[in-house]
Amino acid sequence: MASPDAAAPPPTEPERWRDLDMLLSRPGNLVHSTFDPSPVLRDLIGSYVEVLVVGAGGLGCELLKDLALSGFKNLHVIDMDTIDVSNLNRQFLFRIQDVGKPKAEVAAKRVMERVSGVNIVPHFCRIEDKELEFYNQFQIIVLGLDSIEARSYINSVACGFLEYDADDKPVQETVKPMVDGGTEGFKGHARVIIPGTTPCFECNIWLFPPQVKFPLCTLAETPRTAAHCIEYAHLIKWDEVHSGKPFDADDTEHMQWIYSEALKRAELFGISGVTYSLTQGVVKNIIPAIASTNAIISAACALEALKLVSGCSKSVSNYLTYNGLVGTHIKVTEFVRDTDCLVCGPGTLIELDTTSTLSEFIKMLEEHPKLLMSKASVTHGGNNLYMQSPEVLEQMTRPNLSIPMFELLKGTPFATVHVSGMAESNGKKVSSLRKLRVAFKGVEEASKMDTTESS
Amino acid sequence: MINLFKIKGQKKEEAANSNGGPPVKKQSPGELRLHKDIAELNLPKTTKISFPNGKDDLMNFEATLRPDEGYYLGGSFTFTFQVSPAYPHEAPKVKCKTKVYHPNIDLEGNVCLNILREDWKPVLNINTIIYGLNLLFSQPNDEDPLNHEAAAVLRDNPQKFQRNVQMAMSGGYVDNTHFPRGGGGGGGGGPCYVLCFWLAPPTLAPNANHCTI
Repeated sequence: MASPDAAAPPPTEPERWRDLDMLLSRPGNLVHSTFDPSPVLRDLIGSYVEVLVVGAGGLGCELLKDLALSGFKNLHVIDMDTIDVSNLNRQFLFRIQDVGKPKAEVAAKRVMERVSGVNIVPHFCRIEDKELEFYNQFQIIVLGLDSIEARSYINSVACGFLEYDADDKPVQETVKPMVDGGTEGFKGHARVIIPGTTPCFECNIWLFPPQVKFPLCTLAETPRTAAHCIEYAHLIKWDEVHSGKPFDADDTEHMQWIYSEALKRAELFGISGVTYSLTQGVVKNIIPAIASTNAIISAACALEALKLVSGCSKSVSNYLTYNGLVGTHIKVTEFVRDTDCLVCGPGTLIELDTTSTLSEFIKMLEEHPKLLMSKASVTHGGNNLYMQSPEVLEQMTRPNLSIPMFELLKGTPFATVHVSGMAESNGKKVSSLRKLRVAFKGVEEASKMDTTESS
Repeated sequence: MINLFKIKGQKKEEAANSNGGPPVKKQSPGELRLHKDIAELNLPKTTKISFPNGKDDLMNFEATLRPDEGYYLGGSFTFTFQVSPAYPHEAPKVKCKTKVYHPNIDLEGNVCLNILREDWKPVLNINTIIYGLNLLFSQPNDEDPLNHEAAAVLRDNPQKFQRNVQMAMSGGYVDNTHFPRGGGGGGGGGPCYVLCFWLAPPTLAPNANHCTI
């Protein structure tokens, strides 16, 4: 059988870009204030903009194709997964012979074969495996992810590049915009996150509904549904039989065992409906994916990425939701920032002498007019510098109290520090967690002078 | 939005001075929230907490409960807490490391406490969970059991239940299952008991025992 890949000859270059060039070379009433229409704008985007696509699954495949066809020529894609046969119905860049290969590598290769002039660098690894600086090379990060955890991580990395000036205004050069897509069956969202300007992922994370979890005793005593039987096998029976051996959802033997145990339990309680695919769905928390939802959401995301780099139209402000379940419903909602957000907020600027000790620093927080924080515990980059409680941690961190902060923060001129304690809010003392920007007096000037002299 | 000409300039600059600062570990928002929870822990005097991986790993810790009243007076029960970066969106994973004869804890160490699963809310915290665990020992619940046999004994014959608990805690056998002395050390091999208990979140009106609807 002829492969569909080989069928149609690719369109000639000028023809492929005709519509995009019209969009980028003509002025309009709805454009962004910075839009500078030009016949070479597409070339500029192709030459100077690097975009990272996070995820090469259902959304990722669509995103790579859409971005490549929107004039982006320097793309990177990162995904830790390999191709499963169940992906093939919608992850259209993959073929049956690709099963088992890394998604990022195959997706990059396929798009490069089809769209000439596009270079896609694949990264077959976890997002946490990359150095933070890796993420800084991109002008835009586009997310095609399926978990809150991964979104939260990328969001905190991108927001971590953000710097604020002395007036708490974001420094434009440090802003790393993100476009986040997500789908769940017939529903999806596309949002634009401009750290420091629009709400970040963490500002609105509380809007997510909690995951549905069954009470353990229902599973153990009174199962009523097929899902209850599957969760019983998964959460209780597995540990009972395999003492200590961890369950691996990607191991087919493990999954098969859960399925057969669930089936036995379902028979015992006269429950129908336990199937292998339902078992996979319940254990891996899979919601059936719909190809067209991915296509619609990805198209919205790619368009937003193009608008962000070119200014050819105003960005969505700032959260688009799509629901194709009953009729078709699309709505844009403007979410608001949490000004005290620990991830994207400016935090409170604290200036210290290089000789100030941790205990002097904690004392300063009590008197600082914006904080008035007593009993502060202090943490920086994963190191707990001081803990007020519990006793065991207080003892372990107490020696730090007499050490200068400059030394504890490893001699950097600026550092982000987080403090927990009782702070004043509307005249009342409430337990609070605050972000602080610590700057050491005199240090930045000195290091600037050093570089001038040495260069 | 993004100024392309600025990007052109930036690229040149980056090439010129690529002196990145020392890499700083990324702290997840979940870790920060946990930092606050731990710094504000208000432990009941029955409970001790320890951090086996040292002061900088708060995501994995242990709480040891020594009940000062009820059936389990004199016992010592250690729970492991595993907190994910998605905390507090996700509840911590809590397991009982000590093999215990209890209607709401199974022999694998699974704990049936509603706020650990279906009733978890991000406003709850580590204090709430420790409070809930203490309640399990002062008021074991026979209505929604994980250890069916223990629950049946508690319901039908509280005096026998008391004797069984004592037998288990002194290092004996109950229903052919051996328990370590004092409720003591870590859980050995073999199955454990599942525990099922319902605690109404403190922010809501008391509304326990809504398991069987």
